[in-house]
Amino acid sequence: MAWTSLLSELAKGTVVTLTVSLAGIAAGMLSGLALALVRVGRVPVAAQAVTAYVSIIRATPMVTLALLIFFGMPALGVRMSPVLAAIVIISINTSVFQAEIWRASILDFPRGQLDAAHAGGMTSALTFRRIVFPQVWRASLPALVNEMTLVIKGSPAIAVIGVVDLTRVAVRWTTVTYEPIPPFLTATVIYVVVVMCLIRVQRSIERRIVARYGIL
Amino acid sequence: MIANLWTVLGEWPELATGFLNTLWICALSGVLSLILAVSVSLLLVLGRSTVRRVTQAIVDVLRAIPFLMLLFIVYYCLPAVHVRLSRWTCGLSALIFYNTAYFAEILRGAWAHLPHEQEEAGRAFGHAGLGLYRRIILPQILIAAGPVLGNQMITLVKNSAFLMVITIPDLTFMANQVQSIYFVPLEAMLVAVALYWLICSSIEWTVRRMDQIALVRGHE
Repeated sequence: MAWTSLLSELAKGTVVTLTVSLAGIAAGMLSGLALALVRVGRVPVAAQAVTAYVSIIRATPMVTLALLIFFGMPALGVRMSPVLAAIVIISINTSVFQAEIWRASILDFPRGQLDAAHAGGMTSALTFRRIVFPQVWRASLPALVNEMTLVIKGSPAIAVIGVVDLTRVAVRWTTVTYEPIPPFLTATVIYVVVVMCLIRVQRSIERRIVARYGIL
Repeated sequence: MIANLWTVLGEWPELATGFLNTLWICALSGVLSLILAVSVSLLLVLGRSTVRRVTQAIVDVLRAIPFLMLLFIVYYCLPAVHVRLSRWTCGLSALIFYNTAYFAEILRGAWAHLPHEQEEAGRAFGHAGLGLYRRIILPQILIAAGPVLGNQMITLVKNSAFLMVITIPDLTFMANQVQSIYFVPLEAMLVAVALYWLICSSIEWTVRRMDQIALVRGHE
């Protein structure tokens, strides 16, 4: 009885951890791409601002960022539920890392293809959409999956602002039953399984890219 | 906002305490886990098959779980098996233990990429055993792994903020104190963010300096 209710609680926590992380990653992917494009495109002033922003957020611990957003945003008049705040926190945190991933693969992109696309009469927007992005996306994918494991490992920071994620479920169970070992060990196993699965996915993506295109 | 910032800066003794605590916690954990990681990496590379597999499994599990999870396991589960530690011992040992796994894996990776000729040349010149490791292998591993170790050091600094949840008065904890007394959440946390940025940038700068020195001395 106790075990089944523990497992169902932990399952709920896992769902929260995964949904919040995935939502944060998706938002972070888009904003990361935008940040990278501003930086690579050398947009005056904005590029320098982005460089500073990336440098600062990369050095900010997830917990500190969580407290800053969750308590600081209402002071600016922006009210958010803990879950929404959690998604915002994760997306801000991961966007700067994803920006670096995008930037690296954009900078690696062979310029000759751009010239060829222009010679073929493509506009810049079309070139980006049809030529640059598909290749940059492929080059970034393994690193982006790797970033997902980092996000999952940083996600317990949202437990600090009251989101009942996997970690917080384990803490709650402990404070109610005074039996810490079952919830924490089970939660640990769940984290290990999730992260190991992501690593598998990353390896298989890498293998497929190599098999299909010859290089990573 | 400016007025609030002055309020926060007026509490500088609190923030300085937190900043210094974070500094020494990270420095101590960094040094101790590097020393431990060197021995663990020896097990990972040279250990007999059972020892090596068990060590690798522990390292892999530690690298797969969030730091907060390990911290809670140490903090909540050890008392359940009648091991009572102070929160400082809990926090520091969790941080050191967790970071040792990452450092050890980095050192193992660097060792795996070290050209085999280095060891052979060392043997040809009469180095063997611990001397060979200490004089030939270890220095090259450390130089090759330098930047990655530096990045991991930055992760350590960022993980140390989790210690606030077991009420260790680190920078985040103290900034949170200040914000809850005066209700200046934005400004208090921004000051903390600036100080973390200072710490992480110094680590980055040090790693870059060390890289330049390594380059001058003929390492790639």
